[in-house]
Amino acid sequence: MHRFANPTRFLKVARPLTPWLFWAGLAIAGFALFAGLTMTPADYLQGESVRIMYVHVPAAWLGMAGWSAILVASVVQLVWRHPLAGIAGRAVAAPGAMFTAICLVTGSIWGRPTWGAWWVWDGRLTSMLVLLFLYFAYIALAAASEERATTSRAAAIFGVLGAINLPIIHYSVTWWNSLHQAQSITLQGSTIAGSILWPLPIAVLGFSLIFAAIVLMRMRGLIADIRIEARLKRLAAA
Amino acid sequence: MKAKHQRLTLALIAIAAVIGAGFLALAGLRDNAALFRTPSELALEPVPPGQNIRLGGMVEDGSIRQLPDGITITFTVEDGDASVPVRFSGITPDLFQENSGVVAEGAFDPRGVFVADNILAKHDENYMPPPLEDMAQADDSAS
Repeated sequence: MHRFANPTRFLKVARPLTPWLFWAGLAIAGFALFAGLTMTPADYLQGESVRIMYVHVPAAWLGMAGWSAILVASVVQLVWRHPLAGIAGRAVAAPGAMFTAICLVTGSIWGRPTWGAWWVWDGRLTSMLVLLFLYFAYIALAAASEERATTSRAAAIFGVLGAINLPIIHYSVTWWNSLHQAQSITLQGSTIAGSILWPLPIAVLGFSLIFAAIVLMRMRGLIADIRIEARLKRLAAA
Repeated sequence: MKAKHQRLTLALIAIAAVIGAGFLALAGLRDNAALFRTPSELALEPVPPGQNIRLGGMVEDGSIRQLPDGITITFTVEDGDASVPVRFSGITPDLFQENSGVVAEGAFDPRGVFVADNILAKHDENYMPPPLEDMAQADDSAS
């Protein structure tokens, strides 16, 4: 773990890895979406609108995985003072917010023909909207602190506190009666027919690789920012 | 105790507290955060006529009737133990049908009929192709 604490060593790995992750993710997600649009049957009730799930489910997973990553990065930053952890947390926030927004928008588009409403103040929908606002708050907090990302502890503490919402999102459909359907895919199996399900894990993999590529790009950008600032400070001091 | 270990302990306590708070919030909001009330909940705790609530349950088999005016329908919402008669004027969602989930927004009239202003269809967690294609698809995935 500590081998990658050094930003220089991290960059040596991240730089060649970024394009591989990005193009592989794009190809895999593209294939999954193509398969989802042309190679799977429509649902017996929802009809063609079922295909929105090939974007909606990966986006929901990445929105929640994003905050889980912020939680881990925040803990590593607070406990080990790892210089890259704060940068990683900040890098995850933007794509996390983006995928959460995609999840809400696609869900809304699906909800109109299926439920008969664009939006309902249901436990799952509301807690997901709260997650989007938590991302906005985290981004604002990380940007507003005067210290650099590596030392900004306010954002890290907020990253830990915000994780309170993750179990709420997950259990919102089991604990409260809600309009959003219960989990289709559980450890016991899936209630989605195999012929409809198969492109979904491929789409999840593809979008996750794109997510990882965006995070690495943003981490490199943030490291470059910090180095520019340090160099300017040295020049000003000289 | 090294400073690092102290911070680790504090962080672990903080995470445990946060997760605990999440579950407490879930349990505390349990009644208030419910989107709708079921017929059996309403049988135990009736609401006065005119008070707006959401009623949720299954549309009883064979209960949907169209009234002569052409836009008003009546049906029964049940949850296995109790049932509530519902009247609604307007366009229902495509997925609104008998033996499937529904959430109706509205209020009871003095005679105990639930008058809905809006109907939402609830989709369940089952996804499958149309029945006719089902067998062909099963063959495909088996081969």
